[in-house]
Amino acid sequence: MIKAILIFNNHGKPRLSKFYEHYTEDTEQQIIRETFHLVSKRDENICNFLEGGLLIGGSENKLIYRHYATLYFVFCVDSSESELGILDLIQVFVETLDKCFENVCELDLIFHMDKVHNILAEMVMGGMVLETNMSEIITQAEAHNKMEKSEVRAALLRSD
Amino acid sequence: MPAVSKGDGMRGLAVFISDIRNCKSKEAEIKRINKELANIRSKFKGDKALDGYSKKKYVCKLLFIFLLGHDIDFGHMEAVNLLSSNKYTEKQIGYLFISVLVNSNSELIRLINNAIKNDLSSRNPTFMCLALHCIANVGSREMAEAFAGEIPRILVAGDTMDSVKQSAALCLLRLYKTSPDLVLMGEWTSRVVHLLNDQHMGVVTAAISLITCLSQKNPDEFKTCVSLAVSRLSRIVSSASTDLQDYTYYFVPAPWLSCKLLRLLQCYPPPEDGAVKGRLVECLETILNKAQEPPKSKKVQHSNAKNAILFEAISLIIHYDSEPNLLVRACNQLGQFLQHRETNLRYLALESMCTLASSEFSHEAVKTHIETVINALKTERDVSVRQRAADLLYAMCDRSNAKQIVAEMLSYLETADYSIREEMVLKVAILAEKYAVDYSWYVDTILNLIRIAGDYVSEEVWYRVIQIVINRDDVQGYAAKTVFEALQAPACHENMVKVGGYILGEFGNLIAGDPRSSPLVQFNLLHSKFHLCSVPTRALLLSAYIKFINLFPETKSTIQEVLRSDSQIRNSDVELQQRAVEYLKLSSIASTDVLATVLEEMPPFPERESSILAKLKKKKGPGAVSVNELEEGKREGGELNGGGERGGDSSTSAVGSTPSPSADLLGLRAGPPVTAAAPSAGSLLVDVFSEAGVNDDGFLRFVCKNNGVLFENQLLQIGIKSEYRQNLGRMYLFYGNKTSVQFVTFTTTLNVQAKPVEPLIEGGAQVQQVINIECLTDFSDAPLLNIKFRYGGALQNLTLKLPVTINKFFQPTEMASHDFFQRWKQLSLPQQEAQKIFKANHAMDTEVLKAKLLGLGMALLENVDPNPENFVCAGVIQTKAQQVGSLLRLEPNAQAQMYRLTVRSSKDTVSKRLCELLAEQF
Repeated sequence: MIKAILIFNNHGKPRLSKFYEHYTEDTEQQIIRETFHLVSKRDENICNFLEGGLLIGGSENKLIYRHYATLYFVFCVDSSESELGILDLIQVFVETLDKCFENVCELDLIFHMDKVHNILAEMVMGGMVLETNMSEIITQAEAHNKMEKSEVRAALLRSD
Repeated sequence: MPAVSKGDGMRGLAVFISDIRNCKSKEAEIKRINKELANIRSKFKGDKALDGYSKKKYVCKLLFIFLLGHDIDFGHMEAVNLLSSNKYTEKQIGYLFISVLVNSNSELIRLINNAIKNDLSSRNPTFMCLALHCIANVGSREMAEAFAGEIPRILVAGDTMDSVKQSAALCLLRLYKTSPDLVLMGEWTSRVVHLLNDQHMGVVTAAISLITCLSQKNPDEFKTCVSLAVSRLSRIVSSASTDLQDYTYYFVPAPWLSCKLLRLLQCYPPPEDGAVKGRLVECLETILNKAQEPPKSKKVQHSNAKNAILFEAISLIIHYDSEPNLLVRACNQLGQFLQHRETNLRYLALESMCTLASSEFSHEAVKTHIETVINALKTERDVSVRQRAADLLYAMCDRSNAKQIVAEMLSYLETADYSIREEMVLKVAILAEKYAVDYSWYVDTILNLIRIAGDYVSEEVWYRVIQIVINRDDVQGYAAKTVFEALQAPACHENMVKVGGYILGEFGNLIAGDPRSSPLVQFNLLHSKFHLCSVPTRALLLSAYIKFINLFPETKSTIQEVLRSDSQIRNSDVELQQRAVEYLKLSSIASTDVLATVLEEMPPFPERESSILAKLKKKKGPGAVSVNELEEGKREGGELNGGGERGGDSSTSAVGSTPSPSADLLGLRAGPPVTAAAPSAGSLLVDVFSEAGVNDDGFLRFVCKNNGVLFENQLLQIGIKSEYRQNLGRMYLFYGNKTSVQFVTFTTTLNVQAKPVEPLIEGGAQVQQVINIECLTDFSDAPLLNIKFRYGGALQNLTLKLPVTINKFFQPTEMASHDFFQRWKQLSLPQQEAQKIFKANHAMDTEVLKAKLLGLGMALLENVDPNPENFVCAGVIQTKAQQVGSLLRLEPNAQAQMYRLTVRSSKDTVSKRLCELLAEQF
């Protein structure tokens, strides 16, 4: 099971946090800080797995992460997940974001937080993987976007 | 076309976010946020009704503020209102807010449930998915109560859209995890299993997580998934990379799904059906073969995906532990990966090898890689990888290579990362103790540990070395000499001073003959460290000094002078002052005889479980230990209707025991294995011998639970883990030697059958025995277990009742009030009923009672008895001969602190026995 998905930038500013188990808000913030601390001090080009921080269950859980330009994508998972599989999943997530936002960058995540959450929800639900097929995920995201646009247009027409 | 165009979105939100990002300081940011919060609050409270768009905008702002780590304590109601909007955008943002911000015990759940109910019945797939997501995200018990019945229907209905099916499967899984009692699969089981055959790979992906979880809990009901999973896997593995279109990831067909299928298979033993097994073996071989083929792409994603499958396949092979050919190939493959240039693969290979090392078949094969692993420990750049290497060395350690491994770990400690030093120290200490052939090596190792990593040597470690030195007189002289030498170093760790003070105080006389370590030299050496030490160490040193006065009268005047000095006798620390005063007085007034008696050498320590091992277990978390034990168990117990299996060297050490061939030669085998633990048969013999010693208390504690400690005294601890399914059960007995001395000729005899356990339990070690149980018919007498062993020459004999009781074979039966009373009436013959009225032994707490009744194994039926204070339960006892339906009613009377218990079942002996067992529980 995936316990949490965290995205933060090179300075540790959170850009997305999604917890699939309940923690208090305080603990969630501490987990983000702790995870950033653990991940950011590691060299580039070494192994992508490490034991989880104490707050999120210590050695029971693993952090699996990838570092893209200014952003860290970190998945915290328990022992039932395949490490390499999750690494692929992160790649699928990022490639999907890249297609949806055309060359995704940190700002896109900031200004379209709701969309990022939506895309993630098409992939992962309640800590389990829902879909790994990129074109399927994008199709869904596009459909939602279309609905949104038509509603906005309708609203504009009404207000005229 | 990109799915999200950058132009649209909410301007107010964008402005707010830019403002925050432009804040120069944390204070400015907080100020800006507070201003915005006040603004939103007034908007929400204002008289003017907000339109959907504004609500959405404000909720989005709140989400952003929350992400930055600020508490949000309002807006929930507005979010709930958005749920009932019929606009997608508004509904979606409402659900998003709730998923992120509402936790499972919110008071709003009822309102949210209402909105969800509407969306689930809307037949709009987008809305249905949003609602299902929300359930999965919040996953509270109230939600489970509201929707657990509905979701399986959506999942298997023929007209449900694929995307909704996917969400429904995972939603159901979430509810099952939080409230397993509310999710009743019963009639849906077979249709859910058949989702593995679904046309849509996404549905299979989602369903397999659900099926895996359900199979772990109810393996028998979901058994049919094995053959379906194998055929699905085989279709994927043999397909060309283009067959699966979008599910092909960098030329690998459906890697995620393949991994999950292989994981699902790890919930089960190898398939019994020859054809299925053949097909599976073929799949595994294909996967292993593909690893040797040249890559279809140079991209790392390609090799990742391919290897993800490969590692899962290897895990499955290790799990089966039955195909020597595949095991060898797996081990070779991992060996290759150990030297791969990809760090990730080296990491995973080290990790997999750890499990392989605990398999009896492959322990030797793993050992051949020792040089590579040591090299990894020395040269890997990444601490995660080094840690795995250290774990593997620990796992592959046995008597033959202990010296080498301990030496390597010690030298690694000098440069090891701070984060893993303490664990390394514990591991070295355990290996040194466990595999010590001569104790001088052990003493050297521990003193080296203190020298190299003194700060990380916890009390447990240095206590242990002192215990061992005191209990073994053959090593005392050597210890005194070595510690004396170690103390000569100009800077030595305080822990070394502690060990030195203690050991010289006890055994300094053993080296006093050498003029280089004469009494005065010893004393001066110790005292030279005194001023650098903390109070507890100084206190220990003072005790060592008074011991010196007894051992060496010639040091008396020097030491008395030290004690008399102001810095001792007027020390501001009460403990130190008291010791100085008392010791000084003692030394001046007591006669030599009295002094010799008071300050006699310490008696041997009582033997306990190695405190270090306990500490490592704690550090690793309970999970780590139990997982190993379970795996151990899986390998041990192959047959179902068989007998006890040989115990293995278990748990934390994860070192596979090599079975001792002498076990059978010793002739310890009890009578031939009678069918199984049908305890009515042939139990007379042992009863006669051991009636006096039968221990009853432990037994009764297990009526309502399956795991725990059955017995414990100063020498031995016996833990039990057991599981029951229908008329079969399996019990793991863990015999822990709490002493540091071996138990020899350790035998256990069960009055029905028993294969020998390991005849020797090392000090501090644990041995496991597995007993397979089949309930042939109902019974009242528990099987008896007789344990004999020699501890330090004395024969120990112990007889225990194994906590196997008839209620362990209960299958819970849910039924409605009407059915219950109908059946109750049907069981109306006087002998079918047993009743007992008894006084409460424990507080009459409803929750505790419920937990106990559930532990009993029956279904606890709510809303059946007209009196809500009463409890009624129903269940069927499964025996090979027949099934015995039983109903139970427990009526507490809080005023009188009494209970009335009534049991009715189709067999009189069962009613009677259940009544007896339960009367002691409440």
